[in-house]
Amino acid sequence: MKPGLIIRLVVLALLVAFIVTPESFAWVFQPLTKNGQPAIYVQNSLLNLTVSHLTIVAIATIASTLLAVGLAILVTRPFGAEFLPLSRSLANIGQTFPPVAVLALAVPVLGFGTAPTLVALFLYGLLPIFENALTGLTTLPPAVTEAARGVGMTDRQRLLGVELPLATPVILAGIRLSVVISVATATIGSTVAASTLGEVIIAGLLSNNLAFIAQGGLVVGVMAVLIYDALSALERALMARTGQRRQHA
Amino acid sequence: MTDAAIAAPTRSFAVDKLGVLIAALAAIAAFLPFAAFRANRIVLGEAKGLFAALPGWEAAALAIVLAAGIGIALFRTPTLWRLATSLVVLALLFVAIGHAGTFLTPPGDKIARVSPGAGFWLLIFAFALLAADAIARLKLKPWTRIGVLAAVALFFAVLLGSGTLNDLSILREYANRGDTFWREAQTHLALALGSLAAATVAGIPIGILCHRSDAWRAPVLNVLNAIQTIPSIALFGLLIAPLAWVAANIPGASAVGISGIGAAPAMVALFAYSLLPVVANTVVGLDGVPPAANDAAKGMGMTDWQRLVTVEFPLAFPVILTGIRIVLVQNIGLATIAALIGGGGFGVFVFQGVGQTAMDLVLLGAVPTVALAFAAAVVLDAIVEMVSPKDTRRD
Repeated sequence: MKPGLIIRLVVLALLVAFIVTPESFAWVFQPLTKNGQPAIYVQNSLLNLTVSHLTIVAIATIASTLLAVGLAILVTRPFGAEFLPLSRSLANIGQTFPPVAVLALAVPVLGFGTAPTLVALFLYGLLPIFENALTGLTTLPPAVTEAARGVGMTDRQRLLGVELPLATPVILAGIRLSVVISVATATIGSTVAASTLGEVIIAGLLSNNLAFIAQGGLVVGVMAVLIYDALSALERALMARTGQRRQHA
Repeated sequence: MTDAAIAAPTRSFAVDKLGVLIAALAAIAAFLPFAAFRANRIVLGEAKGLFAALPGWEAAALAIVLAAGIGIALFRTPTLWRLATSLVVLALLFVAIGHAGTFLTPPGDKIARVSPGAGFWLLIFAFALLAADAIARLKLKPWTRIGVLAAVALFFAVLLGSGTLNDLSILREYANRGDTFWREAQTHLALALGSLAAATVAGIPIGILCHRSDAWRAPVLNVLNAIQTIPSIALFGLLIAPLAWVAANIPGASAVGISGIGAAPAMVALFAYSLLPVVANTVVGLDGVPPAANDAAKGMGMTDWQRLVTVEFPLAFPVILTGIRIVLVQNIGLATIAALIGGGGFGVFVFQGVGQTAMDLVLLGAVPTVALAFAAAVVLDAIVEMVSPKDTRRD
């Protein structure tokens, strides 16, 4: 095994151990507390919060992937070509909306809790996936698409059998970006009472307890890095399978 | 395709697909409340349709204008017409919602709140789509885009200054805290721009170092990447302790305003998030300098320093500026989080509003933040395009 893989597996094991039995790591966080504050957040199980955090991110990412890839396919077909310039500028404008504002504005419509967070992550995740799907579908090697047309494939066959498989690594890079942003942004959801790891951080901010802030931030940060690495590896594997050699972003 | 759309004002009445979408959105909006009336700040709203929210003749006039606007959107009309139509309809919608506020508020009532309803927002969205599409198709020159933005800003300044919107809930909130609003606005801008300036000053030299030395590149970029994965609320919180220590132990630090809570940790956190885009874009920009240009400069006997200043840096500048654009837009949004650690900014209103379930207050914080981020994106995109060499301009 390569050393990089071993380090990641060790980090993953430590992360899982911490999430399952946080109390056994109390000594790590003890130095950050003062005046006898608790070192470990116990009001809610860390395991439940992590599962709920990842579930929210997963649902939001799946939803934004479906919509973003669907839209990218639509605007790259002749039928939807009219929408191409608009969709590009909308994707650009969408990014200027701060997540906090999206969250806060979703509250009156959806109430407090998980729903506004899901919506904010969904909207935020759309952009990177859409942009990458668009790049992937518009920069296919012309020789390949010509050949597909030449052997008499229908539009549908070309899309499913040639264009999408070739664009998958690029789309996956967009999903990777979007997941990493979502894992960190989901913490803000706890300001509107979503059950995510942000709860631990906010409890720390409110009670001025650095140990809580550090453990919440650490779990989220480490998860983001591991997910990023795992998806990068998947992308490389896919690219090797389709025989593409693209410069890594 | 876009060229054809501009050049040929088709006489045939072909239906425009975007127009169909806009008409559908407007049709849905017709069944949604135009405005909401609440007897006070936090009770549930009472929905008012267009004809209940405005005096009869005004509602009828607006309905006719909307129908005409949809008609122009629905058929293939010249792009410039479509832009003008969308801007006129949007302007009239804002005036109308202001009048609805005055019309629905009982005379002399200071507690009642009138806020825009879902129908209003959907109409704004539909016609903003039309405007965005027209602007994208017209491929306006950078200066023209800045001009359009300035005209829109001027329109809102006049509208706000004239008091047309004063009976809307968001401006009622503003009236209650006018002084605080401008103070938080200053803090917000200081946080976003201050951290950007610091990140630019520090990031460009780091980027040059990473470009020139492979030994530095991977570690520096990895560390900066790792910082991006720390959730913003955690990073803001984690900086409280070290800065409190600095304030207590380094002479003069607290005198210049450094303290554990407040603006200092927020500034440092924003700076940390800003470094990656600046450094990474500097590296990418310098890597993209054509080898021929470098060779020519070397052949002319330029020193390393001369080459950097006169050849590499000017060629890499558009890419670096793109990094600065990303940072500015991102910082304007992230600065809202500063409010959670007492750092001020528009986030103060957002989080107070969420705490009191007073959405008008949330809007008072969110609307200026979104507007600022949007304006910053438009202006910097235009500048990036102006400094980019013509042949590599992106569409």
